[in-house]
Amino acid sequence: MQGHDWLSVVIWLPVAGGLLTLAIGDRRAQAARWAALLTSLATLAACVPLCTGFVNGTAAFQFIERVPWIAALHAQYYLGVDGISLPLIVLTAFMTVPVIIAGWNVVEKRPAQYFAAFLVMEGLMIGVFASLDALLFYFFWEAMLIPMFVIIGIWGGPRRVYATLKFFLYTFLGSVLMLVALIYLYLKAGDYSLASMQRLPLSLVEQRWIFLAFLLAFAVKVPMWPVHTWLPDAHVEAPTGGSVILAAIMLKMGGYGLLRFSLPITPDASHELDWLIVALSLIAIVYIAFVALVQQDMKKLVAYSSIAHMGFVTLGAFLVFFILSATGQVKGAVNGLDGAMVQMISHGLISGALFLCIGVLYDRMHTRDISAYGGVVNVMPKFGALFVLFALANSGLPGTSGFIGEFLVILASFKASFWFALLAASILVVGAAYNLWLIKRVVFGPVANDKVAQLQDLNGREFLVLGVLAVSVVLLGVWPAPLLDMMEASVQHLLQQVVTSKIPVI
Amino acid sequence: MNPHLLLAIPVLPLLAALLAGLAGKAIGRAGAAAVTIGAVAASCVLSCVVLEQLLVEHVPAFDGTVYGWLVSDGVRMQVGFLVDHLSALMMVVVTFVSLCVHVYTIGYMHDDPGFQRFFSYISLFTFSMLMLVMSNNFMQLFFGWEAVGVVSYLLIGFWYTRPSAVFANLKAFLVNRVGDFGFVLGIAGVLYYTGSLDYRDAFAAAPDIAAKSMTLFQGHGWSALTLICICLFIGAMGKSAQMPLHVWLPDSMEGPTPISALIHAATMVTAGIFMVARMSPLFEYSDAALSFVLVIGATTALFMGFLGIVNDDIKRVIAYSTLSQLGYMTVALGVSGYSVAIFHLMTHAFFKALLFLAAGAVIIAMHHEQDMRKMGGLRRRMPVTYWTSMIGALALIGTPFFSGFYSKDALIEAVHASTRYGAGYAYLCVLAGVFVTALYTFRMMFLTFHGEERLDHHAQEHFHDVGWDMKAPLVALAIPSLIIGYLTVQPILFGGYFGEAIKVLQAHDVVGEIGREFHGPAAFALHGLLPGPAWLAALGVYTAWLFVLKHPEWGADVRRRAGWFYRLLVNKYYFDWFNENVLARIGRGLGIVLWRGGDQALIDGAVVNGSARMVGWLAGVTRRLQSGFLYSYAFWMIIGLAALLGWFLYGI
Repeated sequence: MQGHDWLSVVIWLPVAGGLLTLAIGDRRAQAARWAALLTSLATLAACVPLCTGFVNGTAAFQFIERVPWIAALHAQYYLGVDGISLPLIVLTAFMTVPVIIAGWNVVEKRPAQYFAAFLVMEGLMIGVFASLDALLFYFFWEAMLIPMFVIIGIWGGPRRVYATLKFFLYTFLGSVLMLVALIYLYLKAGDYSLASMQRLPLSLVEQRWIFLAFLLAFAVKVPMWPVHTWLPDAHVEAPTGGSVILAAIMLKMGGYGLLRFSLPITPDASHELDWLIVALSLIAIVYIAFVALVQQDMKKLVAYSSIAHMGFVTLGAFLVFFILSATGQVKGAVNGLDGAMVQMISHGLISGALFLCIGVLYDRMHTRDISAYGGVVNVMPKFGALFVLFALANSGLPGTSGFIGEFLVILASFKASFWFALLAASILVVGAAYNLWLIKRVVFGPVANDKVAQLQDLNGREFLVLGVLAVSVVLLGVWPAPLLDMMEASVQHLLQQVVTSKIPVI
Repeated sequence: MNPHLLLAIPVLPLLAALLAGLAGKAIGRAGAAAVTIGAVAASCVLSCVVLEQLLVEHVPAFDGTVYGWLVSDGVRMQVGFLVDHLSALMMVVVTFVSLCVHVYTIGYMHDDPGFQRFFSYISLFTFSMLMLVMSNNFMQLFFGWEAVGVVSYLLIGFWYTRPSAVFANLKAFLVNRVGDFGFVLGIAGVLYYTGSLDYRDAFAAAPDIAAKSMTLFQGHGWSALTLICICLFIGAMGKSAQMPLHVWLPDSMEGPTPISALIHAATMVTAGIFMVARMSPLFEYSDAALSFVLVIGATTALFMGFLGIVNDDIKRVIAYSTLSQLGYMTVALGVSGYSVAIFHLMTHAFFKALLFLAAGAVIIAMHHEQDMRKMGGLRRRMPVTYWTSMIGALALIGTPFFSGFYSKDALIEAVHASTRYGAGYAYLCVLAGVFVTALYTFRMMFLTFHGEERLDHHAQEHFHDVGWDMKAPLVALAIPSLIIGYLTVQPILFGGYFGEAIKVLQAHDVVGEIGREFHGPAAFALHGLLPGPAWLAALGVYTAWLFVLKHPEWGADVRRRAGWFYRLLVNKYYFDWFNENVLARIGRGLGIVLWRGGDQALIDGAVVNGSARMVGWLAGVTRRLQSGFLYSYAFWMIIGLAALLGWFLYGI
């Protein structure tokens, strides 16, 4: 393999490592665990040259690999990254490591297969972010679901079949229409490369249909209101690791799709239908936050909170046209796009950490019911401190990564309309309410019952996982400049694409 | 000014907080106390050096960036300091009070298992508060704003096993977040109209923004600046506990007393006052916003004072007093008397921290008894605490020559001189407030320190006066409570101390107006002996004496006759009742309706599960998941695809 094929490495190394882990098998579980851990670490290490070799200040794709794949379909094995996809790839590689460590000896049922599924999924998810060929993208997009079905289906909770089914139904229906749209674009453009699709002139009618087809696929993934109801069920049934990856990475594919496909391929339709996205985003932020408030199941609470936070991603991405019509210029739109991107990365870290925290409690008590807890900090001080930190980060505390995305999107939405900003900023109150009410009921107070009294504080492995995430959340919160610098040129370029009409001049 | 020196001022307490918090066990109790006290003392000394440079050496104010946080779309978000006469004064007040509280804590928290954690928190608070006051931009202001809020949250809930403390800290955080909600919109408005988050740019653009109008509803234009200023002030209402966002402050008394003194009296709650003074170049151009500030402040000043009269918990009386005094400061802001507001903030910081720490000493001596009905006659048992408290109380009610007199009298004069809409109402409120302040303050003093001892058996047996580690801070705070007003009234109010730091338009300059009749601090105090506020205060003390010491039986009589009014006061005007039974219930009800009705019934019930036949069909297929069949199929599919890919790529 050539020295610059780092993207292929980060895609196929975990897949290969996953197959190796599978081959080692459940009987040699310890060896399988180590194989999985080393693979995930090696993949993360392979991201280092991607980051150090990445040139800021240009919107051009980098680390390009391009070879013919299926000649008959003009499909290519075409990879590359820019400032939008690279952060998500690093996030994927980064979040897989804690998942492997967190499952270390907690997963007793078929451990090798469990770790293998996560590694394979890691590679496929990175493939989604790295593909510059739409068919290759679609291949990774669909293939990645399989390990997730498997994870929920085998290691899931009692209602796992229902949850898997619902998840499948939603994503399948969404993706099918996207495939149709991609085929239509292929027939017009002549190949599957994203660049040709983004260049392709399209009438408003065509754009509208394509936009809606894309929207369905991406909205389900984000998930946007009202196609979000699969997420709480999937989270509740998934094992801890599954929830972490679901929240941290899989949801981001929806946001990524909107940025990579919807906005640049159908800019005029995006302009025409931006009110729809903005409305759904604001509904997600306000409506879902209230729903999160009344949840009794910790995982459902965090799942709903994810939907509300992802509302900031979709809101920030589609403010461009409102800002343009309100102020006559696009200044400020990049704040929204930057906010959307940072929110994705930050939410990946924070929601992942929160699910891991819930997993720590679940492993000990075998319940996620909030009312079964109370006064946990008395017996688990280390855990309590970290859980409080993540909950505060989730409510957008400055100094943590959770603040930046929300703050930037609120700043941008004020430029679009005072009312958008007002509704978006309501998360400050309601978000704090559900996060800290959760903390009040679970962490603080006197020890609630004998079971809580017997809880053991974090062991070294758990402390390592949560500690690393805590450091990341704070580090990104106080030093976000590298991330913003990496994105800058690509986001500016995206903005140019979005405000340039693609309707052919007759 | 040396930026490294400035940076050291907030960073030293931060490092100390990290050390005490993360390595508390390793460095031990003495280590944690030494590290944090050393750091805060160093900050205090450096702050004094900075003030000295500004005052004596006439070094120009520092306004510069020290760290670039991020750049997005050309908007620079930075950590930067604006150190001028206003922020330097705040830095000295914050670090000095913080230092006193640190020292006092050694004694107060002596037996507490969370000793190191407590020191870590209060040092972290000092860092956050310094970041807030030293900021030169809105982003950092908001950071400090939220950070002090979080530390306050952690400290109110410091004794986390107490349900009341855990309730109070959640309440405090949420009510503050309501204020922050407005605050963030104000900041977004500033960015919208100026394209920058730096104070400098925002202040320069203020006259332009004032001319702009914003349409919120079809056909109704609002002055953009008024909207921005009111949004920013809503933030101040949360942090500085102005009605109706005041409800969290009395409950915050659940926290240990040292933080009641530091955070909930002297520093954090004054952040809103400081912020408006800092933003004077914006507020000056909006008379409507200032009138809003004035009316809110006046209402808080008087009506929160009433609540102090009916409370028997010594800490809560002081808490209501703090609310009322914050109202006074807000009134001063509302009449463009920013320098008076900051002056009162400073004197109040000293005498209120003193009163709280003294109350804490009483509570410790009484073995955690806070009910004043079970005290009485303590002046013989704890003379130092009594005399320092007396200095604080006399300063609070505005006795001539005490520090509180100078700030409060100037404040009342300023309101009197103002012609702003609402100033008449405010004048009535602040005058009546003087009587009320004296009444509740001396009711507290008489109940606690005078009259017969009413100690119960337990307190009798365990009573022990506090040590000098707790008395020394009382003395250290009593000195400025006594003399700081006399010494500084001339330069701060009438000597142009603030210079460029505070902007007042010529037409609004009420402080300048009273300055024309100012002939030195002694003459000012003697003038205060003439009929006026001081007489009202004396009347208040006399009333308290009548009711508490002379005719204790009168109280019950009045309570019976003014039944409804008494009930209104005891129920704190029903604000808590309304919040808990109406607002919180609506919030939860809305959540349940949206969840059960929207998500479960409508979306899942009607739409998703409505396609039941399809689900049923698919279930037949996917049921095999459990057998592991699909699972192996999945892996083989991926392997196959990978092999295919490899074949295409490299022709293996």
